[in-house]
This record gives sequence, C-alpha cells and structure tokens, in this order.
Amino acid sequence: MKLTREEVLHIARLARIALTEAEITRMSEQLSDLLEHFEVLQKVNTDDVPPTAQSVNLESVMRGEDIKPSLSPNDVLANAPRREGDYFRVKPVLE
Amino acid sequence: MNMDLTIHEAHRLLKEKKISSVELTSHYLERIKNVESRTNAFTTVTGELALEQAKKADVAISKDDIQPLTGIPIAIKDVICTKGVKTTCSSKMLENFVPPYDAMVMEKLNAAGAVMLGKANMDEFAMGSSTENSAFFTTHNPWDLDRVPGGSSGGSAVVVAAGEAVCSLGSDTGGSIRQPAGFCSVVGMKPTYGRVSRYGLVAFASSLDQIGPLTQDVTDCALLLNAISGHDERDSTSVPRPVPDYTKSLKPDLKGMKLGIPKEYYVEGMQKGVADAIQTAIKKLQELGAIVEEVSLPHTPYALAVYYIIAPSEASANLSRYDGVKYGYSYKDGTMWENIEKTREDGFGPEVKRRIMLGTYALSAGFYDAWYLKAQKVRTLILREFDAVFEKYDALITPTSPTVPFKIGEKTDDPLAMYLSDICTLPINIAGVPGVSIPAGFVDGLPVGMQIIGKHFAEETILRVAYAYEQATDWHKQKPEIK
Repeated sequence: MKLTREEVLHIARLARIALTEAEITRMSEQLSDLLEHFEVLQKVNTDDVPPTAQSVNLESVMRGEDIKPSLSPNDVLANAPRREGDYFRVKPVLE
Repeated sequence: MNMDLTIHEAHRLLKEKKISSVELTSHYLERIKNVESRTNAFTTVTGELALEQAKKADVAISKDDIQPLTGIPIAIKDVICTKGVKTTCSSKMLENFVPPYDAMVMEKLNAAGAVMLGKANMDEFAMGSSTENSAFFTTHNPWDLDRVPGGSSGGSAVVVAAGEAVCSLGSDTGGSIRQPAGFCSVVGMKPTYGRVSRYGLVAFASSLDQIGPLTQDVTDCALLLNAISGHDERDSTSVPRPVPDYTKSLKPDLKGMKLGIPKEYYVEGMQKGVADAIQTAIKKLQELGAIVEEVSLPHTPYALAVYYIIAPSEASANLSRYDGVKYGYSYKDGTMWENIEKTREDGFGPEVKRRIMLGTYALSAGFYDAWYLKAQKVRTLILREFDAVFEKYDALITPTSPTVPFKIGEKTDDPLAMYLSDICTLPINIAGVPGVSIPAGFVDGLPVGMQIIGKHFAEETILRVAYAYEQATDWHKQKPEIK
C-alpha cells in the first residue's frame, strides 16, 4: 500500500487542505505506513456481519417541534472573522 | 491548614465552615502560580472569575445551601465550551475562540456551585497521547518533568496530580482520560458512551467521544460523575436513563465478584515492570474476595486499525467546519477556495492534518467499503465479544498503558509508536463501555495505571472494584515532588 504524490494531492483537495512540498512527501510516507499496518483488517472474516455506527441502541431520536429561545444573532456572529450586518461575509463563490 | 484536599474532604470543611471557598480557591491560584512554569498544564487561568464564583459559593454555604461540588476548585479541559471564556482546543485554529454558550457539563457544574480555575492544555483537538501536539506548549509530567503526562487530557491529569486543582474534567475518544490518569497516578474515568451529554464538547469522533472526571481518589470520581451525568435532549446520543448515586456503590470488599483478565492485552512491547505491577494488583483483588480468571477477547489485535480508521473518518467530517468563515482562524487574502485551503493549512497542526487526510482517504469514493465499512464491521465483532464476556464476568482488569510515561520527544516522529501507547484503552471506546484507570503502583518512581472495564452503564461495578482496591492500597496518597 503506497500512496503516490497524486493520491496525496487528491485527498488534500477533497479535505480542502493546502500542503507544502515537505508535507506532501511526509504525508505520502506516513499514511502509507499506517495503511500498511491497517491492512490486517482484511484478514478478518466479516461475511454477514452488519456495521456498527455507534455503540448505544438509540435510533432516530426525535424531539417535539417546540419553539424555544436560541442564541441572538450578535452572539452567533461574535466570532465571525468577517461580518456585514447580521451576515457572515465571504469572498464571491461564483465570479 | 493543609489545603491539598479531595472533593469530599474539602466539602466537609466547607460545610463545617472551617474553611471558605475563597480561601481554598486562593490556595489553588497561588499553587498554580508556583508550579505552572514547570508543569505548563493550563492554557488559560481564570483567576478573577474563580474568586467571583468562590464568593458566590461562600454566600450560598453561609445559608447552608451546599452541594458536594459547591465551592470546589476545578479545571476544565480546553475542548469543553465555557461561555465567555476562551476554548482553544490547544489549536491555532481556535486560539481566540470565545464560545457564546456553555457545554451541558458546565451548566451542571455552575448549577452545582463549582469554581472553575481555568482551562487545561491538551493535544490539539484531542488528537494525541502526550500533549506534545498542543499548538501552544507541551505539558510536563510532575513525576518526572522530562516525561510526557500522556494525552490528550494531559493538562487535566497534571493539574490534579500536581495539586493545581482539586479535580478536573477531560474527554476520552480512545484513552484520552485514562492514559494520562495512569501516567500521572490519578483516577480517570471514561463513562459509558451516552452517559454524559456531549453538548458543547468540541467534536473529534462523535461515535467515540465522551466527557469524564479526573480526580485524586475514587470517591471523588463518583461525586464528579454524579454531577455531570444525565440525559440532555441537545445530545441525541445521550441516553435517557436515571443517574444513580455512584457513591453508594463504594464498598470495601469484592466478595462474589468475578473479574476477567483478557490475555490479549498483554501485548508485545509491554514493559515487564508494568505487567508485574498489574499482577501484584490482581493478587490484591483476589485477597479482597474477587474470583479472577483469564479470558480471551480474540479480536483485540484489530482494535488499533479499527480505531484509526473510524476516528479519523469522523474527525475529517467534524473538522470540515473549520473554514475560516464562521469562527476561528481565517486566511483572508485569496479567493474563496484559496482562503479555505490556506486557513486549514495554517490553522491545523501536523497530527490533525494527518488524521483529516487519513479519514478523508478512508471515506473517499472507491475506498469506503474496503476501509471504513470494513472497520465498522470489525467494530461489531469487538462489541459482541465484550457483550459475551460480560455475561460471565462483572469487570475486566488490564494495565491502562503498556508502558510507564515516556520521554518528551521520544515518539513524536513515529505516529504508529505513539498510537500504540493507547492499545489497552482504544477497544473500550470502540465498544462504548465504561473504563476507569486508578493508581496501581510505580516502576522506578514512574506511575502505573490499572484499567477496570465494565459493561454498558456498569459504572457502579467498576467504581466498586476501584474503591475496594484503593482502600487496600495507598498509591493514590503518594504525591509527586515537583523538581
């Protein structure tokens, strides 16, 4: 299991993380090592075994549709890096 | 007066009005001032706020309005949201983040009249086993300042061991409470998944994360667990189930209890001193009346791989929220996509990036079935194995970690070696069962932790085992001399 430079760049793009050249090399080596170790899982017979998403038997937890107070716009926007009025300000998505 | 007190000792003195919460809090703030330059356990100390809360507690106590945590100084891991107080996750990404709301556990502690001393250092976003992944500084083990305190709740363990707080809260996704508790010779519990609300806990791996107490003894563990447990409709995985008084389960003997020793936990690389210390502890448990037998959990060797696929996968999804738009660090000089990518490049440290990349890969098209789905299926097998063994045994006994605390810098270049230090604690999160680490001796002056594991919601059982052992030993009374 060896991750190529192209594969690392593909994953980085999916994860939206820019990587330096040194990071690309290091990631390729370290992720390859880890995946090689994790290949032991392929030895386990899991035919007819369902997957587990979480360990407590609660399913489709619902709540009543009750109106309750929530945070004020000022509280919500207090940490916004860029704000305009009651909105988060972002760079254009479509140019 | 000696002010190095447990929760229950401090509570008695506060109730009898022999000390005030302001005196107690001032003592801890002074202690923090004296040792923090050596331990580096706090990211933020909230001295003024603590004294205000202590004054309020003293007013309540003067009216005989006192609960077990009223006026008790506590530290909070910096991954738990505290309204109006910075919550950094020891990350550059959240260096200046001030939450607009309290986590459920903070609402409970505030209602109980507890006094918050500050926020405890950790591995960035709770990813790590040594606190060396903190973006700010490494916390030092008070038993040997050249060694790590464990992680990710390293700060939370150190403040309790070093007398910088009476107790603390941590979070545990794969061992992050128990492993540092073991490394620092304090008591640390990961409750059953769903026992404590995760509302306001900054998410790492949502099917594994759980908040829990770090304390000086088992009685304190029960008291703090009483205070933070319970259902919360804002965390849909918290379980609607009554909270017992956990102190009622503390009995000094183990007559009639059946304990299993899972042989697969004695892994290659386990230090002989650690294995010997746990053997001696097991003999003590037998003397206390327990029946002890070897058991087998044959899928244990796969737990590391299962964990390091599932946890990074969930992390890669959870951490996608850090885009520099809503809060946190923000790179602003490029186009929209450049800003997001640069924000995440600058804002996350190496281990967090590594895990996001690993998780993104495991979830990506073409690899999902082979990695993520496979890991979830093996998770089922691990879960079933625990269910089966708990039909015959009340609790399982293992070392908390295969080694004593390692040297700072020893494992930073080798992710797999670092991951292996959680080999005994990871399976417990995968199964969602509760586990507690308690002090079980020393090897050349370095702490050894013993892990006690129970079935889902059997916190009372593992606390009983922990308490009986603690009462028969004095490891928990030994305190480090910080040099």
